[in-house]
Amino acid sequence: MEALTRIDSATVVLPRADIDTDQIIPARFLRTTVKEGLGRELFADWRYLADGSPNPDFVLNQPAAAGCQVLVAGDNFGCGSSREHAPWALTDFGIRAVISTGFADIFRSNALKNGLVPVVVDAGTLQWLIAHPGAHVVVDLASITLQLPDGREVPFPIEPFARYCLMQGVDQLGYLLSKGEDIAAYEKRHA
Amino acid sequence: MVAPKTLFQKVWERHEVVPQTADTPAVLYIDLHLIHEVTSPQAFSELRTRGLPVRRTDRTLGTMDHSTPTRTEQVFGGKPITIESAAKQVRQLEVNCAEFGVELLNLASDKRGIVHVIGPELGATQPGKTIVCGDSHTSTHGAFGALAFGIGTTEVGHVLATQCLLQTKPKTLAINVTGALKPGVTAKDLVLAIIGRIGVGGGTGHVIEFRGPAIRALNMDERMTVCNMSIEAGARAGMIAPDEVTFEYLKGRPRAPQGTAWDQAVADWRALATDEGAVFDREVTLDASQVEPMITWGTHPGMVAPVAGSVPASSEDPVFARALAYMGFAAGQKLEGSPINVVFIGSCTNSRLSDLRAAAGLLRGRRLAQGVQMLVVPGSQQVKKQAEAEGLDRVFIEAGAEWRESGCSMCLGMNGDTVAKGQYSLSTSNRNFEGRQGPGARTLLASPLTAAASAVRGTITDPRKLI
Repeated sequence: MEALTRIDSATVVLPRADIDTDQIIPARFLRTTVKEGLGRELFADWRYLADGSPNPDFVLNQPAAAGCQVLVAGDNFGCGSSREHAPWALTDFGIRAVISTGFADIFRSNALKNGLVPVVVDAGTLQWLIAHPGAHVVVDLASITLQLPDGREVPFPIEPFARYCLMQGVDQLGYLLSKGEDIAAYEKRHA
Repeated sequence: MVAPKTLFQKVWERHEVVPQTADTPAVLYIDLHLIHEVTSPQAFSELRTRGLPVRRTDRTLGTMDHSTPTRTEQVFGGKPITIESAAKQVRQLEVNCAEFGVELLNLASDKRGIVHVIGPELGATQPGKTIVCGDSHTSTHGAFGALAFGIGTTEVGHVLATQCLLQTKPKTLAINVTGALKPGVTAKDLVLAIIGRIGVGGGTGHVIEFRGPAIRALNMDERMTVCNMSIEAGARAGMIAPDEVTFEYLKGRPRAPQGTAWDQAVADWRALATDEGAVFDREVTLDASQVEPMITWGTHPGMVAPVAGSVPASSEDPVFARALAYMGFAAGQKLEGSPINVVFIGSCTNSRLSDLRAAAGLLRGRRLAQGVQMLVVPGSQQVKKQAEAEGLDRVFIEAGAEWRESGCSMCLGMNGDTVAKGQYSLSTSNRNFEGRQGPGARTLLASPLTAAASAVRGTITDPRKLI
């Protein structure tokens, strides 16, 4: 995995609460055996019209969204299923961070394993971001802050181990494998 | 004196391989890993890339349920699976399990079914175990006093390779349910009422323990319905302390302990219940006698009201207006009497034998209303066989419903069992998100009793009127 320290990007704003994983990637697109290529189906039922053409009213289809790496969304983002296809679709599309007032637990866990940073902010900061679509922000893992264009630096919580893995570009399996002796000892005790 | 502990704390501590520190999550041992065709292929690919074996094939069990057809001719030969991508996932799981030596209950197996139905049915789900699956409704198994939760595919790979997960200890939430459910009010209504009360994000970061006399009075099928939908309140896991009802259910099941091992296991399981005086991070209390048959009216499970009630006149929910527009409902509209098109009885929430009995009991001697399509999909091949032995299949078929092979089916429509755009589907499943049952489909979640009553009337119906 690529090491990640700083995301410097304009935001794209999807100001809805409770955006569930069925919206992020509808179930019919989970019939795949690989991780790649899911960006095309990201938010498919909102992004495309019935005839398959892009819905011009949907924010991700608007020219200003091109190249944006930071998605701003309403509370409880990623509720619903455990499908890791949700962060795979977001990252395949080019999103590297999602800012919200809250994330569902499994989505958060999956995101952190795929170089996608869940940034939890207070309601006031979220309101400001929603009111300023396209604002240029920096998600900085070194200082663990979200930097807003007016100079404000908003700290956000992140698990130390997940942050370490993101910044080093290492996955978590290597660490687990390094605990092989502890695991074997546990299995012996509980045989 | 040892400090009193909760059920969750006891199960967690028993499985700490390496405790959590300020810098690192705990390494938690997993007793049972269930896998299915949708969330495992990329994990097996990862093992292949790294040259890793499955560490404990004896703790891993595969089945296929999400992408699988429910039409008999597609399951048992004659006609192939029509969706090529679904057929490919099914084949890939067979290849992966064969290559890595994992037991698989394949399409033709008489033990196959929805992963959360077969674990308990086989007796593989047991109190005190840690159980995971790449599926958010793994919370179901918590009904036995197991710590069971859904994981992503990367974590499926972690468990395949190491039988462990890296986990940060969640908080605990006690939901105390006092009183008793009234006749015609089911476990599904109870859990919908709980989600309505605490909200779809209300359990985030927590493991729920469902407690109190109303929970103790539930049978295992009902307890599974309640724990199943913990995730709909945002909680990764829901648990219920094991008791005589749990032991009675498990005794004699093929993968449950037998003989003297059974007696030892029961003694051990009895010690799991939350100690007197143990402290939860949060507590909520609800009176079961106040719960009515419930139905969702919106686009998440927290948007719920009594069947005899109405859509709220207003709401602070920021997606209220959008949800009403999607559902084609007006604020303040009465729910009962509103027309439906499709009825689905199935899913890991409500596809067990007692669910089918309840629905069939109401349908016996009655027919579906004109124009209503009804699909009944048992949770497993075992449930199907038992239901057929009792003649429940005849009741459904004679009422005009379709009787299918087991699987997730119309809960999420991955196998092609979908609801058409704009149609109202009264479903015993767990999610009413936009498009969940098919693009543009409008899902109304309710109990099997409400589903059956509404199928007869062709409109949303309080089942107590037909019982």
